Amino acid sequence: MPEQYRLILKNIDQSGYTPDIECYLRHGGYEPLKKAFALTSKDLPEGKKQTPQEQIRQEVLNSGLRGRGGAGFSAGMKWSFVDRKSGKPIYLICNADESEPGTFKDRQIIHKDPHQLIEGMIISCFANDVKLAYIYIRGEFPQGAKILIKALAEARAKNFLGKNILGSGYDLEIYIHRGAGAYICGEETGLIESLEGKRAYPRIKPPYFPAILGLYMSPTIVNNVETLCHVKHIIEITGGAYAKLGTPNNTGTRIVSLSGQVKKPGYYEIEVGKVTIGELINHPNFGGGLLDGRTLKAVIPGGSSAKIFKAGEKFKLKKKSADGTMTEVETDMLDLPYDFDSLQAAGSMSGSSAIIVMDDSVDIVEALANLSEFYAHESCGQCTPCREGSLWMSKALHRMTHGHGRKQDADYLLNIAQNIQGRTICAFGEACSWPVLSFIKKFKDEFETKGAADEARQSSAGPTSDMKIAASPNH
Amino acid sequence: MSTQATTEQKPAPPPIEKIKIKVDGRDIEVPKAMPDWQGKLQPTTMLQACQIAGIDVPHYCYHPKLPIAGNCRMCLVEFGTPAMGPDRKPVLNPDGTSKILRSVLPYEPSTPRGAIACATPISPGMEIYPNSPATKVMREAVLESLLINHPLDCPICDQAGECKLQEYSVDYGKAGSRFIEPKVHKPKAVDLGPRIVLDDERCILCTRCIRFTKDVVGDDKLGVVNRGSYNSIAAYPGTTFDNNYTLNTVDICPVGALTSKDFRFKMRVWFLKETKSLCTSCGTGCNTIVGSREEVMYRYEPRENDAVNSTWMCDSGRLNYKWVNREDRLSKVQGSKLKVQSQEKAWSVAIRDISEILRKAAAGSVAFVASARQTNEELYLLKKLATKSNAITDSVPRIGEGDRLLLNADRNPNSTGSRLIGISGEKMGSNLSKIAEGIRSGSIKTLIVFGEDVTKHGIGADLLAKLENLIVSDILPNATTAAAHYLLPGCAHVEKRGSFVNVKGRVQRFMQALQPKGNARAEWEFLHELVFNVTGQNGYVTIEGLFNQMSKEVPAFNGVSWAGLGDAGVTIQI
Repeated sequence: MPEQYRLILKNIDQSGYTPDIECYLRHGGYEPLKKAFALTSKDLPEGKKQTPQEQIRQEVLNSGLRGRGGAGFSAGMKWSFVDRKSGKPIYLICNADESEPGTFKDRQIIHKDPHQLIEGMIISCFANDVKLAYIYIRGEFPQGAKILIKALAEARAKNFLGKNILGSGYDLEIYIHRGAGAYICGEETGLIESLEGKRAYPRIKPPYFPAILGLYMSPTIVNNVETLCHVKHIIEITGGAYAKLGTPNNTGTRIVSLSGQVKKPGYYEIEVGKVTIGELINHPNFGGGLLDGRTLKAVIPGGSSAKIFKAGEKFKLKKKSADGTMTEVETDMLDLPYDFDSLQAAGSMSGSSAIIVMDDSVDIVEALANLSEFYAHESCGQCTPCREGSLWMSKALHRMTHGHGRKQDADYLLNIAQNIQGRTICAFGEACSWPVLSFIKKFKDEFETKGAADEARQSSAGPTSDMKIAASPNH
Repeated sequence: MSTQATTEQKPAPPPIEKIKIKVDGRDIEVPKAMPDWQGKLQPTTMLQACQIAGIDVPHYCYHPKLPIAGNCRMCLVEFGTPAMGPDRKPVLNPDGTSKILRSVLPYEPSTPRGAIACATPISPGMEIYPNSPATKVMREAVLESLLINHPLDCPICDQAGECKLQEYSVDYGKAGSRFIEPKVHKPKAVDLGPRIVLDDERCILCTRCIRFTKDVVGDDKLGVVNRGSYNSIAAYPGTTFDNNYTLNTVDICPVGALTSKDFRFKMRVWFLKETKSLCTSCGTGCNTIVGSREEVMYRYEPRENDAVNSTWMCDSGRLNYKWVNREDRLSKVQGSKLKVQSQEKAWSVAIRDISEILRKAAAGSVAFVASARQTNEELYLLKKLATKSNAITDSVPRIGEGDRLLLNADRNPNSTGSRLIGISGEKMGSNLSKIAEGIRSGSIKTLIVFGEDVTKHGIGADLLAKLENLIVSDILPNATTAAAHYLLPGCAHVEKRGSFVNVKGRVQRFMQALQPKGNARAEWEFLHELVFNVTGQNGYVTIEGLFNQMSKEVPAFNGVSWAGLGDAGVTIQI
């Protein structure tokens, strides 16, 4: 039976569990940190020594932990790219700019268990010789910022932060930085620019890879809130034990934000890949099914920029059989295991693990217009294809939802979106074009029907004056 | 040419390793590293490699003298890299060549992925496809995106004719547009500062102006406000864009967004004749292009010279040309002692009279004040006249405030030339009081003034009135020209050829853009006649020959020839 596995959420929402440090300590808090500090240099077979820091990094690599922010990149690998020989300080930034539509997992941690994040950060900082770290928190989380500021003060008072932490000789300070309300600040190099006090224009890569030229042109690690929390648990139970959670290459647990037209929207922590999309939507332990009398139309599986799945869609997934050979298995969209690799193989992504469920009451053109408006509003405008293309798509969709659609608009929109993806400075280009590409590819008939109906109505009524102008090819 | 005279002062860089790559199907070797905008060696980019291969990659935001932004995406090119086997060795095709993997979107392997040529380093064996169909599609899409919200007001746009949007529209644009949505409207005719007007609708947000202002000038005044397609360039709220280098942003703006208040709506650029010249406002000697039409000068633009001004010039220098077009420019040979009715004969009479005066002058009875705004050639000829009559000479120092970029505290364009040729001593102006004293005491009877109003520099009208002969050449009227016994109308630098030596010893030449006003003549022409009449020495009657002669006689010039100066000049030891 599919069930939650509450690792990060273990204490959250338990009665009597409060975000203050005393409560956290009563629940075994900061013990993993003490464990990390207690590590001593280990002898390796070749006569080399492995420092405690290297041991922690190795544990994180062994755990198979993948970033929980969206890209799903190996956290241990990301840490291994850090330039440790530059002589410059190494910074760690916690990306708490949770803004992907549909996603509301990090805020649960920040609001309800802030010390879990702080402990995860301290261990991660210690492992990477970081002396100064930041939490970049989204501007729309004022309460979360207050809670974190209080929690940091508590941790400082108990000498979990500051100079010579717990007598270890290690110094660390963590600062809170509040964003001003821009989605692009969640993009790690945009975040770094913003943290430096500049406009959050993402940086070009190459040459500005954060691991080498990040904050203040120094090596920088940017990790998601949930990712950093997992580090604490990896140290607590060891990387090997952590890797046994979830499924191979999709280890550990993950908090899924479930929204849309289900009976029980909310956040659910699962072992990665142990629960399917269908179970997350329909099982009483999770979404509890669609609203009565409704049928499923579509699912966005990983936050609003992930490509949409259409109900009934089938995918051929490669599966390893018992004898080790690979076979292709036809899998219904609802039977996709909720993990990184399966969703990618199905042409979408688990992204920020936010599932948005749409039932048959949803007008798919309206839904896309809504998403596109968000992206047009949030494009930073630095590079041409996204700046111009995101608003162009939004305007075309606005026109379609206001009775001025054309049959050709589906292809028109597809082409605009194709001219954005892969040609921009950051992944926002994909984020704004993938919804358009996937919605239209999978629901093209609805777009064309709507456009054709508008054209028929207009030709029978005679063109309105503004459409005359609009249709003029030389305008 | 001498070993001391070089076009660049930098020592030869150490040899740089070369990399073999393929550009547009051609094998080429390019250096592994090349200078970046600050001249530091950085890995060679695809754009630089294409330039070496002679292939132009279209771009808007890239500028060789600015940090790379990578935002316009116009330079996206399709490329491929050698496939590597598990043994980290290149995978070979059946014919033995390296197997090349074309770059594709990781999530959509059927679609080519471009890289921005301006920022992407080359690697061994890389293939760049600057003319492939996929590259063309990417350029067309970027250009279309830039044009959908552009006002397309080329007929009244000052940039028309030198606009990169127009230029690339010819290559990658379409005659019609499929864009049927309402355009974004943004601020028009924004008064950005005392010299700049901004049209935000024309702006393509390449941020060249921001980067120049921040990273070259060191003024963080410009930025982007708003978001997405509504992004607009603006000065920091409540401030005005008013540093002394603002007009460079008009030059580097690839479109008609930033316009010069001085130049806008004055002239279509394709009518302008372009002449290589120099700025005369300080000792830096920024290289310029003079834009003129039908004997009227319309603008200065900076001309690239890495040894002097990179590609920039200051606003005060750039706008200091209005006097060239002034109505009251001196255009007649005149003077209270000139006895001649017609201008046609005036020059020959005046030259005859002045020659007579100088031939008869007793040693030490003549003094010369020759401006450090005169050319080397003119100062050289004046020096010959002065030597003949054992005259005391000097120039007038002009000191202002300098800055760390281009503006020099020495506001004369040719102080160095004046010193090297011997018109002024080490301390310019130290002889002026001696000249005044000589006139007062009566020992100096003849004063020759070129290009200065000496009444402002300690030789007042009362002293001028004591002189037996006051011979003046200038281009604009002043108290000294009014008192002249002989007044010889000279030329602005844009009306003649010549050379200056800047404060760092850069000898640079400038060309003639306009004809002299009225009966005015280039000073070196009539000075040459005077020298012949007075000293009997003949010399060259061309500016080339004259310069070469001077270069042989004045040791500092070290034999540099006029031709050897080229467009960028030559640095000499000073």
